[in-house]
Amino acid sequence: MFKRLLFALLVFAAPVQAVQPDEILPDPVLEDRARELSKGLRCLVCRNENIDDSNADLARDLRLLVRERLVEGDSDAEVIDYVVDRYGEYVLLKPTATGSNLVLYIAGPVMLLLGLGLAGVYLRGRRRTVGLPDLSAEEEARLKEIMGE
Amino acid sequence: MFIELGHFALTLAFAVALVQTVIPLIGAHKGWTGWMAVAEPAAIAQFLLTAFSFAALTYAFVVSDFSLRLVVLNSHTLKPMLYKVSGVWGNHEGSMLLWVLILTLFGAMAAWFGGGLPPSLRARVLAVQASISAAFFAFILFTSNPFLRLEVPPFDGQDLNPLLQDPGLAFHPPFLYLGYVGLSICFSFAVAALIEGRVDAAWGRWVRPWTLAAWIFLTVGIALGSWWAYYELGWGGFWFWDPVENASFMPWLISAALLHSAIVVEKREALKSWTILLAIIAFGFSLIGAFITRSGVITSVHAFASDPERGVFLLVITALFMGGALTLYAARAGIMQAKGVFGLVSRESALLFNNILLAVAALVVFVGTIWPLVAEMFFDRKLSVGAPFFNMAFTPFMVVLGLLLPVGAVMPWKRARLGRGLRQMLPAAILAVALGALAWAMQTGRSALGPVGVMLGAWLVSGALADLWLRSGRGVLAERLRRMGRLPRADWGKAVAHSGLGVTMLGIAGLMAWQQEDIRVTQPGERFEIGDYGIVLEGVERVEGPNYISTMGTMSVWRADRQVATLYPEKRVYPVAGSTTTEAALDNGVFRDIYVVIGDPQQNGGWAVRSYVKPFANWIWAGAIIMALGGALSLSDRRVRVAAGARKSAPPVPAE
Repeated sequence: MFKRLLFALLVFAAPVQAVQPDEILPDPVLEDRARELSKGLRCLVCRNENIDDSNADLARDLRLLVRERLVEGDSDAEVIDYVVDRYGEYVLLKPTATGSNLVLYIAGPVMLLLGLGLAGVYLRGRRRTVGLPDLSAEEEARLKEIMGE
Repeated sequence: MFIELGHFALTLAFAVALVQTVIPLIGAHKGWTGWMAVAEPAAIAQFLLTAFSFAALTYAFVVSDFSLRLVVLNSHTLKPMLYKVSGVWGNHEGSMLLWVLILTLFGAMAAWFGGGLPPSLRARVLAVQASISAAFFAFILFTSNPFLRLEVPPFDGQDLNPLLQDPGLAFHPPFLYLGYVGLSICFSFAVAALIEGRVDAAWGRWVRPWTLAAWIFLTVGIALGSWWAYYELGWGGFWFWDPVENASFMPWLISAALLHSAIVVEKREALKSWTILLAIIAFGFSLIGAFITRSGVITSVHAFASDPERGVFLLVITALFMGGALTLYAARAGIMQAKGVFGLVSRESALLFNNILLAVAALVVFVGTIWPLVAEMFFDRKLSVGAPFFNMAFTPFMVVLGLLLPVGAVMPWKRARLGRGLRQMLPAAILAVALGALAWAMQTGRSALGPVGVMLGAWLVSGALADLWLRSGRGVLAERLRRMGRLPRADWGKAVAHSGLGVTMLGIAGLMAWQQEDIRVTQPGERFEIGDYGIVLEGVERVEGPNYISTMGTMSVWRADRQVATLYPEKRVYPVAGSTTTEAALDNGVFRDIYVVIGDPQQNGGWAVRSYVKPFANWIWAGAIIMALGGALSLSDRRVRVAAGARKSAPPVPAE
């Protein structure tokens, strides 16, 4: 009875889970590399999931493909190229820093510099508009004294 | 009948919102007190009507009224009551109704607590708030009406997505919305101040509690969502940089910046126009978040049934409010005069730097989130931006923020000396570096992530403690402790919230760096080892739940020869919804979680089993709760509640 029910359950909705025991490569070093690579590859039919976490069949196919290439002796970069050749750059969760994508990569640093620059101009500018003279050496000394240093 | 009344109340609330938008604005412009006074009762009426409408919809869900389309699509008679109720907001239409309910609640609260505001400012704030709710009432009534009836009611409903039938997720949306929508009040205050043409310390004091409240709710909401993902999705991920997560994270970052810059406005009357801009942008990100979630433009795990018409409507709302507010800002920002003067090295500057880091971090998240859309539209490249990018691009900002925070936090106003701040923080820094080095020595791998996380966490927590200690003045220990206890709650709130950030940083780094994983086929009764633990699958059985059938494993966890825990991971099938969920089983611990998931049966009688040891996992959410607690402490400070401007000088604080 239990087995029949179980069967029914499995037919009903059998989710293939993320990385299955039978996918794991016997060589732990290769497997580690496969896992690392999988984390950077997108499951194409999922919404924003990497193939390492995804339950989809396609993700499993891709995981097996990655492992196949690794066993063949490909380097990490060659595996990625191989997958990108077939599925396009959509598959990369970290886009390449080429062409228009450079905007994406330099946006953060540029905005930080811009922000710091603006803040600097603002800080200097308002000193002047408020017309506050810098302290003289004597005043500085007196201030230090007051501050107890 | 009740349902129709609810529908009618919603329409009526829309009408009230329109009145509340127009009349008080004119009144404030002309100086007619009677017209301005309309705002207050209107705000309260709006809230009561919306609450009635929401109650009607909730009633329909509770009694499973299957003549209502929304109930059919999202409920089922067998569903537990908690999820019948949470089903109200587990869908697009109902969640929009919750959104406006909260929007009007904040409007009503501004009316209730706004007694100390100048009448014209209060009228304008309420009018702007009403214009937002009017836009969303229109959105609901014209594109997403929850009160649509079916001609032929079916016998039973189609059930709520089983993934959403979870206590963590039942309360995730209300908290998030309280946060998102709470920022609308800050927006209204900002726009009203621009119309008014006046921003002073009192304004900063009024805005800060609202920002703080919104930020607390956002923190709790995000933490709940992340915690839910951790135990529900089956592999213990806690953050995916999914567009919708980002949609909630950006307002969080901006509101964190806003609540810091509002301090500068309040205490020093500086950074005014920047603070106004932040208040506008913070709510802008809330609107963009609503657009991202509901338009389906950017695909995501969260997307509600998306619809281009709704997307366009939301985009128009966003464009209208942001465009309008920013134009007003451009025209008016110049008239705000800064008063407070401060040196290059001062608490003001430190807070400004905090603002830059938080704002730029939010913009990095924003650019990453919309980049796939931009690349496809303008460069014809179909690409993805996922976790690896965000981890790389976002983390440095948080590391810098964490490094600078404790020193910035002890700087005095106006003018400070870096050397002094650094000296004061030296013990904390030594402790942090020592703990980081210890972590480095104890770990097996050569990854810097874990040790850096430990160092930052220790630095932030000990820095916060040192801050309190420094504020306790001089003298013997007992006296200093007594004085520490008497420090204003805002000071405690600051220290607690900053420590919370440290705890979360440590948790994230520890989990990411030191997680152990094991995936295998195991035979019942066989023991396998993971890290310091041994795990035995004792058996698997079939269990029937209220609206699901479960395959439940029994697993014992051992440390050497001592049993630590018995865990029951499950796989559930929900026949009505036709879907399956994985229920991981966790043994929660202070320093580690043991996390097991049962997979499929294998041909040889074994079972696929995934197990993890997740160090410091709970610290992530504990830190978030501590942050929220710190915010609440600060919110409960007497100085926040006292009517602004009623007292010119703050009560004396013990000498530093």
